[in-house]
Amino acid sequence: MRVAVPVFPGSNCDHDALHACGTVMGWDTIPVWHQESRLPENTDLVFVPGGFSYGDYLRCGAIAALAPIMADVKRHADNGGLVLGVCNGFQILCEAQLLPGALLRNESLRFIHADVHLRVERADLPFTRAMKAGEVFRVPIAHAEGNFTLDPADLADLEARGGVAFRYCSDQGEIGETHVPNGAMNGIAGIVNLGGNVLGMMPHPERAVDPKLGPTGGLGVFQSLVEAFAKA
Amino acid sequence: MKVRVSVQLKPGILDPQGKAVEQGLHGFGFEVEHVRIGRLIEMDVPGTDAADVKAKALAMCEKLLVNPVMEKASIEVL
Repeated sequence: MRVAVPVFPGSNCDHDALHACGTVMGWDTIPVWHQESRLPENTDLVFVPGGFSYGDYLRCGAIAALAPIMADVKRHADNGGLVLGVCNGFQILCEAQLLPGALLRNESLRFIHADVHLRVERADLPFTRAMKAGEVFRVPIAHAEGNFTLDPADLADLEARGGVAFRYCSDQGEIGETHVPNGAMNGIAGIVNLGGNVLGMMPHPERAVDPKLGPTGGLGVFQSLVEAFAKA
Repeated sequence: MKVRVSVQLKPGILDPQGKAVEQGLHGFGFEVEHVRIGRLIEMDVPGTDAADVKAKALAMCEKLLVNPVMEKASIEVL
């Protein structure tokens, strides 16, 4: 399995992505500078990492979405290739219009760094198939702009087509406003495109995979990808 | 020509920054409501025809300056 990790000026979770995919999972993982025009041959997964690409100038992810490598990421996605965007990576995928919606400033106006619980809403995706629908897992968030927003009609469409992959919840899996850290509409933590091959999420599964470093609540996402690739 | 693009959050989009500023103004005793914070972009665009320059600025809004999910813009050619 080959993973490409696009690196933008200001990316700071690229090494977390490289560690999780390369060291922990043992996949062939290649950092790709944003000025490159092509992903490595036979890339299976593009992992768009978190950080503050281009200093969050204009809007989070807006400038990175225009980087040369993103044209090839779009081509990869259009051909059904897998793309996972985490945190700033999610913001970049929204700005690149690979995913619907936008991530606004947290309702509290604060940067939030905390562990959260997520409920799996779709267990049939390449990113979730090792998990069960309704399963709860614990992963960290670290963001100031994670307040997922979409206009009401598009939000209803997203929900109706099962576009929500993960929702913030209590440790028991209960859904409700009190469990949403950032004000995200419908408690949405992660969404998937129509094809099910592009997933964006604010929480960081790649920061919770190595038992040497702490809890491993994020492993389910990576084990799912193993299954997805074993099948492919 | 000098162009001024004013980018505002759409009505209905929560503006926590505007809300915080509004509360700050209330703290000073000002009577004020519906405070919204936006962004002002100024630039020089080559051309002498105002309509043409405005069309170019509109294209810039569509490509980059505005995220239509949450923002709207007004363009002024000076």
